[in-house]
Amino acid sequence: MSISDAIAEAGAKPAGKRPYFLDQQVERVLAITMAIAQELAVTRQRADTLERILKAKGLLADGEIDSFYPDAAAQAERGLANQEYIARILRILQQENEAANLTGDIASEEVGDELSAG
Amino acid sequence: MVVNQAPHLALRLPLRHTAGPIEGRSTVRNSPASQYDGPPDFRVVGRHAVFPETSHDEIERINFLAQMNRHLSARVVPGVKAAFDSRVAPAFEARHGRPLADRHETRRALLADPAFQTWSALRRLTMEQRQQAGRWTVIRQRERLAEIAARLTDGDERLKLDPDLAIPRYVSAVDHHCMPGSYHREYFPGDVTNGANYDHAGFVTTGGLLGRYSDGGGHAVARWVKRNLPDFQPKDILEIGGTVGHSTLPLAEAFPDAQMTVVDLGAPMLRYALARAKSLNVHNVRFVQASGEDLSQFPDASFDWIQTTMFLHELSTVALRNIFAETRRLLRPGGIVLHVEQPQYAPDMPLFEQAMRDWDAFYNNEPFWSRMHEMDLDAAMIAAGFSPESLIHGGVTGVVDKEIFPDAADDETEDYGRKAAWHVIGAVA
Repeated sequence: MSISDAIAEAGAKPAGKRPYFLDQQVERVLAITMAIAQELAVTRQRADTLERILKAKGLLADGEIDSFYPDAAAQAERGLANQEYIARILRILQQENEAANLTGDIASEEVGDELSAG
Repeated sequence: MVVNQAPHLALRLPLRHTAGPIEGRSTVRNSPASQYDGPPDFRVVGRHAVFPETSHDEIERINFLAQMNRHLSARVVPGVKAAFDSRVAPAFEARHGRPLADRHETRRALLADPAFQTWSALRRLTMEQRQQAGRWTVIRQRERLAEIAARLTDGDERLKLDPDLAIPRYVSAVDHHCMPGSYHREYFPGDVTNGANYDHAGFVTTGGLLGRYSDGGGHAVARWVKRNLPDFQPKDILEIGGTVGHSTLPLAEAFPDAQMTVVDLGAPMLRYALARAKSLNVHNVRFVQASGEDLSQFPDASFDWIQTTMFLHELSTVALRNIFAETRRLLRPGGIVLHVEQPQYAPDMPLFEQAMRDWDAFYNNEPFWSRMHEMDLDAAMIAAGFSPESLIHGGVTGVVDKEIFPDAADDETEDYGRKAAWHVIGAVA
């Protein structure tokens, strides 16, 4: 199923050893933080879109969002959305795991030397 | 890419009015929209039959990442430059008793500086997030996209694939610009995943500077040829490394009586490219899976014009030599070859700029970028059999819809190695 494939493969590690510029632990946390920042930006834009549309249509009543209760299907859809969300944020762990299972991965710089040989 | 902000704003918004409080609130002078200077919303991009569907949140992810790249180039890179001038270069000179000597020494010195480290970490993870974002969008609908591509391409002799084609080391060793599976990986028969990812989410890197259909480079080349070679009427045009046809279709449209051929290593690119071209109503292009190093399926003197656009840096020394030789063999007398690339490193280019331009070579999986940009391309062209008097040199900038997109020619921000301003090197056969 494509959604399952997308959760598994969207964050696949590209061939080529990953460079780190900061302490590895620090850079990992920075990457996680920036992915969260991205998703927060997306969420803010979505909320803004909704509010503008609902306001324009006069459809949103006070308290309606706070009292919302999702039915079973909606709960499943929202669960899946959370799974996709977590896989996106923890991409760097996936790539480190993939790197740990690889042999012979090579850095771009080394390939450059090799490719430049006459 | 993207737009320099502070100097423009200072010029555009002079505080010459002594506006009272009411006027200050009521005019557009302080409205956010009137001051906006940055990438357009992704929703303005041009779509076609095989372009992936994008949800609201997928669009906003791309918008965020384009803004991240803009922020890094407009707001963070100046700090890296300041750190270089105030800390990195003086510290090196104090320690070694001489100034920095070349771009490699400069890059290694920068690697120890916190400003360069932080910018680099952010630039790398932004590219990784861009790949994940684009892949998510495409993979979730890849069977549907493959069906659309199949409807548009099955039985069409303008698509010629070679399943036995060997993928050379310079493409297979590391995935260019951190794009998993690069140009060639197929996830199932008929797959177009990597073509669709490359097409729709490249906006993150260009910030719209290549235009509605990411074809500003192609339009720039077509305009350059019409201006500089007004009598040139090619009948057969070849583009090597044409991927999904971004730079191809403008040439085919500029010369509608010509027959265009695109060769590329990647089947997912070519399949997607023909579907895209037909959907955009461009029909005088055929797409052939082949290596530019071995175009023996085409007889000598088959083409009037051979084009590559942002392609040479993804080769190897040997491959570049082989491709130059093939272009010489394939051109008819009086035919032209044009290679569009980012500028070469020259002695008068500051070492900081050279080191920043080298970043993609070392940290964004463009392994040949650094060596290619120090090569003597004139000598390589002459070695391939072109005469020194026949060489062509020029410059082009991306051509886009100015109503919607910031224009590359007006863009003063330097995003080293990614700006839509290129050099042209070529020759007449």
